Amino acid sequence: MIAEAGLAALWFAAALALLQLAMAGLGLWLKQDELIAAVRPVAIVQGLLAALSFGLLVTLFLQSDMSVLLVATNSHSAKPLLYKFAGAWGNHEGSMLLWVTVLALAGAAIGLIERKLDRATLTATLGAQAFIAIGFYAFLLTASNPFARLSPAAADGMGLNPLLQDPGLAFHPPTLYFGYVGLSIAFSFAVGAMVTREVGPVFARAMRPWVLAAWVFLTIGITAGSYWAYYELGWGGWWFWDPVENASLMPWLAATALLHSVNVLAARDGLRAWTLMLAVVVFSMSMVGTFLVRSGILTSVHAFAVDPTRGSFILVLLAIYIGGALVLYGARVGRVKAGQGFDLLSREGGLVLNNLLLSVILGIVLIGTLYPILAQAMGQQLSVGPPFFNKAAGPIALALVAAMMVGPLLKWRRDDANALLGKITVPVAVSAVTMALTFVIAGSIGWMELVGLGLAAGLAVASFAPVWKRNPLRTPMFTWGMMVAHFGVAVSLAGMAADSAFTSERLVAARYGQPYYVGPYRVVLNGVAPTIGENWSAVEGRVTASRGPVDGPMILLRPQRRFYSSPPTDTAEAAIATRVDGQLYAVLGTQDAEGRWQLRLWWKPFVTLIWFGGGLIALGGALSLIGRVRRARRNVKRWEEAW
Amino acid sequence: MTRWKLWLPLIAFMALLGLVGSRLIVPPDTQVKSALVGKPLPEFALPGIVQGKPGLTRADLATGKPRLLNVFASWCVPCIAEAPQLMKLKAAGAQIDAVAIRDTPEAVTAFLSRHGDPYTRIGDDAQRVVQIGIGSSGVPETFVIDGQGRIAAQHIGDIRDDDVPKLLAALAAAK
Repeated sequence: MIAEAGLAALWFAAALALLQLAMAGLGLWLKQDELIAAVRPVAIVQGLLAALSFGLLVTLFLQSDMSVLLVATNSHSAKPLLYKFAGAWGNHEGSMLLWVTVLALAGAAIGLIERKLDRATLTATLGAQAFIAIGFYAFLLTASNPFARLSPAAADGMGLNPLLQDPGLAFHPPTLYFGYVGLSIAFSFAVGAMVTREVGPVFARAMRPWVLAAWVFLTIGITAGSYWAYYELGWGGWWFWDPVENASLMPWLAATALLHSVNVLAARDGLRAWTLMLAVVVFSMSMVGTFLVRSGILTSVHAFAVDPTRGSFILVLLAIYIGGALVLYGARVGRVKAGQGFDLLSREGGLVLNNLLLSVILGIVLIGTLYPILAQAMGQQLSVGPPFFNKAAGPIALALVAAMMVGPLLKWRRDDANALLGKITVPVAVSAVTMALTFVIAGSIGWMELVGLGLAAGLAVASFAPVWKRNPLRTPMFTWGMMVAHFGVAVSLAGMAADSAFTSERLVAARYGQPYYVGPYRVVLNGVAPTIGENWSAVEGRVTASRGPVDGPMILLRPQRRFYSSPPTDTAEAAIATRVDGQLYAVLGTQDAEGRWQLRLWWKPFVTLIWFGGGLIALGGALSLIGRVRRARRNVKRWEEAW
Repeated sequence: MTRWKLWLPLIAFMALLGLVGSRLIVPPDTQVKSALVGKPLPEFALPGIVQGKPGLTRADLATGKPRLLNVFASWCVPCIAEAPQLMKLKAAGAQIDAVAIRDTPEAVTAFLSRHGDPYTRIGDDAQRVVQIGIGSSGVPETFVIDGQGRIAAQHIGDIRDDDVPKLLAALAAAK
């Protein structure tokens, strides 16, 4: 009964989305106030029904109801409770239902709390949101029904991909989805504004918190995903430029650009057409990402739920939504007034530079990701890997960081070159000194690593400038947010550069009791023993590591090779010891004929800064969001009276 | 901004759609093609594996007459499936030489007596040196070699009934 109820709720939600679109469209066209007034409640009920449907799917997974096809193929009764729960979205159908649920709930949230937009634009926005939702409802109901029954019921399920059995990954997809789908709101706002031609500061201020919120989730999702890949795949790297990773990075780059350009529109009424364009691009990138991951036209280590039929369906949705928005853009933006002008040397100019650099990086990632498809179309087979991305995107990312040192110090509209030089003396000096010291101490490291470390130090100092000598209580919360986020970028960059420049790696055929050396550590494999977990068995290496004197304190590392029975898979579980100045990372391989164990060891100085910085970036975004929302609330009363 | 520029994003997007759409319609070719098609065979000399039948060297394959080079093994099930088609090709006048991959004389002799022997020469490629050298990734595979000892075409997998005329045409074309 639960499955049928879930399916019914999904059908009702789809019907309401259709109604929402019709009422918004007709209401605006015929200027019928009654129709327009009903759009908000319909959006709210639609969100609730979608949430109900998803809740029922989760219930089915928690009950291990093996008469439901999706549960039987993706869960197992012996699975730990957390993964039964996560199993609900660790598959194609469930994740699409989660996607549409977040979409509908976002629409409901707009209906419930949005107070800044004028009535017509809000109605058009909700119409656009319903229009997007309809496509995904149709996808679920016709091509990937999550509630399909299995008759006769299975005796037990087939389990969840063991790689996904990790607490980090259980919550990784929902976080990313909140980000991806949150960006659909920016898209709907842009469509709404293009329909009513109300593109100005009010629109930008209304859109900004939604973009911020989506961006915070996306940042957390990418950071967590990167750490997951780092410790779960056992390859010792934190970013692989894999198509699936790029699928999450591209919307983040676009959203970061949008976040900054929307500030220009909100504060100075500039960059109107560009901001609209970015809002369309942002959502396009999250849909292109979904498409690439689901269609199987790119090969990826993470690829799952690969199916060309589903790919075609998403491609059609992509064509309708993005194509439609771009047609609207071409037809309408010409008549949107250009907005205010500004000097080249100004905060606006800095933000334009930021946008250009981010767009170039986005273009590089997009081209690099799609190039194998283009080459294939021309009859060549190739893949584009880290060397291309690092070489092409790295220098531009460094230029972006250099721009970040200067940008926040600029004044709106126009600034004075001499005043600016005065303000950036300290950060530039810090950068130069850091580079010189690193060069003296470390000697020959790559120029990108050297410049990266220098810029990280300079940016870390510069990011404090906007709050320097200000009364901390009177400094707006979003200024603090910007400071924290920019400081986070510096921290992350320092981690990346340090990892890339100073990592030491060893691959040894280890004999018991024999010492091997990696970085400052002396590592000994003392033995390998079998061990067992909730739904896996493993062989576990007992590795001790010490630095400094031989009788110094020991770290015990336990890297494992795990065997999961359902489905039969083996995984390598890396053992990682975190210290203040870095991580020691050990992976156990196979045993050779002479009884030696393959042991891969890394010493990664300051690698944790990468994810710590990512966390700070997200925290900065959250602080800004709180600041914006608090300030906006003061103005809400006026708007409520107008409604 | 001039009006037409506003349509550039749409045009770029349509190009992108066309590109990925074409890939959906024509699914990716997952077979590994030899990069050596059109190039001369590498130098090699393989001993014979079956009594009374000579081994194979590069010089044997550059005698001015186009021929087929079949990569096979007695332990390979699709090779059994393609044996009748090889006999048909031989009957149609094709000269077929072979490379036996990781095989033993007894097993190959038994295989040929059971499924027919279309081969003029068979080289014993126990270490897969020639197989890797000519860009073959599995068994069976069949190469069309022209009179100068160049690889004219590559057929991956077993030869089916409808592949026979194609291979004969490729042989005729590889003068």
